[in-house]
Amino acid sequence: MTVPASWYLVLAAILFGIGAFGVLTRRSALIMFMCIELMLNAVNLTFVTFARTMSDIGGQTTVFFIMVVAAAEVTVGLGIVVAVFRRRASTSVDELSELQG
Amino acid sequence: MFATAYAIPDVLVFAGAALLIITGALGVIVMKNPVHSALSLILALLGVAVAFLAQNADFLAAVEIIVYAGAIVVLFLFVIMFLGVDKSNHPYVEPLVGQRWLAALGVLVTMSGIITLMASSHWVSGVLSSSTGGVALATGAGNVTQLGDSVFTTYLLSFEATSGLLIIAVVGAVLLARRERPADSDVDVDVDIDVDIDGTGRVGGGEVSEGEWWVVNERTSEEVES
Repeated sequence: MTVPASWYLVLAAILFGIGAFGVLTRRSALIMFMCIELMLNAVNLTFVTFARTMSDIGGQTTVFFIMVVAAAEVTVGLGIVVAVFRRRASTSVDELSELQG
Repeated sequence: MFATAYAIPDVLVFAGAALLIITGALGVIVMKNPVHSALSLILALLGVAVAFLAQNADFLAAVEIIVYAGAIVVLFLFVIMFLGVDKSNHPYVEPLVGQRWLAALGVLVTMSGIITLMASSHWVSGVLSSSTGGVALATGAGNVTQLGDSVFTTYLLSFEATSGLLIIAVVGAVLLARRERPADSDVDVDVDIDVDIDGTGRVGGGEVSEGEWWVVNERTSEEVES
């Protein structure tokens, strides 16, 4: 018998947790983007696991669309990072404080 | 649930994938150098691809490697090297006291909540495909056929919408990353005729040296306001 779905789900939860911790603690915008990718992949893993468990291809189709959206998100996000770096010569999110946030 | 004996190869594949994923993910958040973080990200993505393969998602495993490890991480590396490795964000310095512990606490609470919810759900407690009436997922080429059928029939509208999304993202990225010029400023009325005809990005006679254009912009906007 193959490995139960719960193992993969717990693995995905751990991956999501590591990514969330990175987003919360790291300050470089680039590293934060990479951590967001980790979290997206954790969700993808969950979708694929449920697709197998429920024998429904819809889960895998959703992962396909998530990958497209992630690619678009990374493109725009890195464009923003480049635009910000051009003004501040830094990728630290702490220095983006014009709005006094 | 753990009483059943599982096939040894499956367990080994899962253990390998888990090792790759967790090592890579920890590397992303621990490494000081962003380039090393990006390389660790590749490791984690390879682990996810292995986990996909083990669960009959052959096409997605290939796409994961091609799109994520191939395109997205290369884009990351390109931006890192384009901007220069920024070592000012030292990961072991903690500007906000206690932030790290609070983050760890929040993450742990969330993760344990998710795992508890999953443990009490029928999703993971053994109710499998036969009760939902689904067709078993095919492997190999059959999986690609199933996925293609699904994308181009049931989810056709979403598929078309993603093409629009990608176009918008590309245009937005080009607009964001394009180097602004003094000629683009709204307050500079006399350079409206300076159209970038030849596409080289050089208009307006180049009287402003590279890297100082924002000073000029600020001055002109102040003059307009006063």
